[in-house]
Amino acid sequence: MFEYLRFDSPGKLAMGLITGLVFGFLLQRGGVTRFRVILGQFLWANHTVIRVMFTAVVVGSIGVWAMHQMWDVPLHVKNATLAANALGGVIFGVGMALLGYCPGTAIGAIGEGSRHAIFGAAGMVTGAAVYAEVEPWFKQHVLAAVDLGKVTWADVTGLNVWVFVAGLVVIAAAAFSLLRGRDLTSAGA
Amino acid sequence: MPGFLRQARWSPYVVGAGLGVLSWITFGLMDKALGTSTSFVNLAGLIESFFAPQHVEQNAYLAKHMVDKPAINWQMMLVIGLGLGALISAKLGRSGIKEHVPDLWAWRFGPSRAVRYFGAFAGGVAILFGARLAGGCTSGHGISGSLQLAVGSWTFFACFFGAGIATALALYGKAGRRHV
Repeated sequence: MFEYLRFDSPGKLAMGLITGLVFGFLLQRGGVTRFRVILGQFLWANHTVIRVMFTAVVVGSIGVWAMHQMWDVPLHVKNATLAANALGGVIFGVGMALLGYCPGTAIGAIGEGSRHAIFGAAGMVTGAAVYAEVEPWFKQHVLAAVDLGKVTWADVTGLNVWVFVAGLVVIAAAAFSLLRGRDLTSAGA
Repeated sequence: MPGFLRQARWSPYVVGAGLGVLSWITFGLMDKALGTSTSFVNLAGLIESFFAPQHVEQNAYLAKHMVDKPAINWQMMLVIGLGLGALISAKLGRSGIKEHVPDLWAWRFGPSRAVRYFGAFAGGVAILFGARLAGGCTSGHGISGSLQLAVGSWTFFACFFGAGIATALALYGKAGRRHV
């Protein structure tokens, strides 16, 4: 009965736990574990989600690419199965607007007291189980339809990685300045 | 305790930068990328294995995640830590919220908890189905994949964001902006 209840090494589990503690602390402190903040972003009334995510991507990309180039730190690029990325993204977006959280922020929301997020998380476990049952069909018909492999924008264009990182910095700065003072509501507690 | 730990909210730029630096640490020191949705497959597989272990073995997708791999792994602990981290932040900042039915939802669909719980459950099903089809969620694709400039991750990002806006407008309309 419990043959699949197996544990990785204590060191790996401890590192995961510490990472999660920081992750959850930051998401809650930023206000993105709130239904009204997520829906506020989709309804274009509050831009906290864009500010948090874009800053994370820009800061993250500078450090990760620098470490990759200087010290050969491995990347973890996922396959560009574009039809699956797109269809899965659309289904995900519909679900996120309905629930008001993504998987990570739903768990954070449960941590800070949201009760309806518990039902969202139960739905997520169910969704994972449903996908496991139909995965062979999707693998054959959707994932296999377009698979460019583990490619980045630098790979497909032949341009230097730092062109894109610099582009992200410029786009983020422009977006932040355009959205400044445009919130109709606050992400306050 | 330093005062900033007791602030209810931090600037979204500080939070975003913190997440970016956290990614440096997971890539550089742990050889991992932030992600959460795979753990829901492991959790589903684990629950199924309590009742029907042979099904986990026979289902190719579950077997890929569960056979000869520990279900309780780095990412599963990350997901558990995420809930605890949010709890600690809410306690320190006194910013927790015991929410059953959000105001926006109640304005549009009424105050019934049962209706809201059903909506939340249905949304959750779609989210994880979509995430597994796409190969990641807002963490694995949205943050980790985007910062690596991955083509598939940016495709996911654009599609989920567009679908989220369209769905939110279909559900609540522009008038919903007064209720968030």
